[in-house]
Amino acid sequence: MTAMTMGIGAMEPEDVEGLLPWHATGTLNARDARRVEDALSRDPQLARQYALIQDEIAETIHVNESLGAPSAQAMQKLFAAIEAEPRRAPRRSSNPIARMAEFLLGLSPRTLAYSAAVGALALLLQAGVIGAIMMQHVPGYQAASYQGAGGNGVRALVRFQPDTRLADITQFLETYGGSIIAGPKAGMFRIQLGDKAMSKDDSEALVRKLRDDKIVGFAELSQ
Amino acid sequence: MPANSDESLIARIAQGDRLAMKVLYGRHHVRVYRFALRLTRDESVAEDLISEVFLDVWRQAGRFEGRSAVSTWLLAITRFKALSVLRRRKDAELDDETAAAIEDTSDDPEVVLAKQDTGQVLRQCIAALSPEHREVIDLVYYHEKSVEEVAAITRIPENTVKTRMFYARKKLAEFLKRAGVERGWP
Repeated sequence: MTAMTMGIGAMEPEDVEGLLPWHATGTLNARDARRVEDALSRDPQLARQYALIQDEIAETIHVNESLGAPSAQAMQKLFAAIEAEPRRAPRRSSNPIARMAEFLLGLSPRTLAYSAAVGALALLLQAGVIGAIMMQHVPGYQAASYQGAGGNGVRALVRFQPDTRLADITQFLETYGGSIIAGPKAGMFRIQLGDKAMSKDDSEALVRKLRDDKIVGFAELSQ
Repeated sequence: MPANSDESLIARIAQGDRLAMKVLYGRHHVRVYRFALRLTRDESVAEDLISEVFLDVWRQAGRFEGRSAVSTWLLAITRFKALSVLRRRKDAELDDETAAAIEDTSDDPEVVLAKQDTGQVLRQCIAALSPEHREVIDLVYYHEKSVEEVAAITRIPENTVKTRMFYARKKLAEFLKRAGVERGWP
C-alpha cells in the first residue's frame, strides 16, 4: 500500500510513508529505519516517492545555501555585547562528576595530557614508596625512622590557569626548582619547591611570588 | 564527552570562556542566520537575531541541561525570537509589503512555468510554501532534525510534526503540478 491512508473525513499520512523524509535524512531510530527499509524493498511506489523526497532535500539545501551568510558585523555586535556583560564568577555544579568534567574541559589538551602523565608518575612513585615501606617492615629489620619522599622543601597547592600550556608549566617548575608531588585534585597540584626548609615568612613570600606568576590562578602554602 | 563537542563548548561558555563562544558561533551562526532569514525574510532582522540568539546562549549556558542537541536549542531560541519580531512587526506596521512576506505566495509557481528546469521550479515552489510548511521542510531537510527535535523546536506534538510535514509535501506537489511538473504523487 502506498501514498496515504484515508482517515475518516481527512487524509492522514500512512505511518511508514510519513517517516520517509526522516529516513532520507538519516534521523530515524534503528527500529523505524528498519521498518522503512522493509517497506521500501516491498513497495515500488513508495520507493519512487522516496526518490522524490531526495530531490526535495537537494533543492531545499540549494535554497538555503543560496541565502548566503551574515556579515562580520553580527559577530562584532555580539562580542561587544558580551564584553559589556558583567564578569561572572564561574558557576560550580553541585554534581561532583559534572564538576570534574568542567575542570577537565577547562584544561588545554596539552595540560590534560600532562596531568595524565603526572598522574601516572604519581602512581609509580606511590608504588615505589609502598614497596620501600614493605621492604622496611620485613621481619627482623626495623627502620629507625622514615622520611617522606618529599624532603624539606616548601610545599604549596597550586592551580594553573585553564589555558596554561605544558611548556609554561615546565618553565614554571624549573624557575622555582619545583616538582609536582600530587594532583590534580579539585583542579589543584601539590608542588614541592626546592629541597630546603624555609622559615614561615620566607615560605609565605615565596608563595606570594607564585601568585604573581601569570600562569597561576591560585597558590597557597600546604603541608 | 569530546573536548570539542558542542556540549563541551557550552560547559566552557557557562564558565565565561570567550574562546569557546567564538568556536560555537563559528560552528552554528550561518545555519542560525539562514533559519532566521527564512522565518523573517529580512536580512538585517536576521543578522540582529543571531546576535541576540548567541547572547542568550552566553547568558543561559549554565542552564543548558543537554536534553536536546545544542543545535536544536539554538534553533528553538531563534524561532522564538523570530516569531516575537514578526508579531511586533505585525502589530506595528502591517503594511502591504510585510503582509506579502508573511502570507502564502502560492501564485509564484505559475509564473515560473516550463521554461525553467525542474530543480528551479521545485526551489520556487519550496519558497512559495506557507511559513509553517517552509519551516518544517527546512528543519527536516536542511537542518536534519528528527521528529522529536522538530517537535521540541516548534513546540508541537510529534504526530503533528509528521502530519505537518506530510501536508507541506502535499502542498509542494500541488504547486509543482500547477507549474506543469507532474510527479505522480499524491
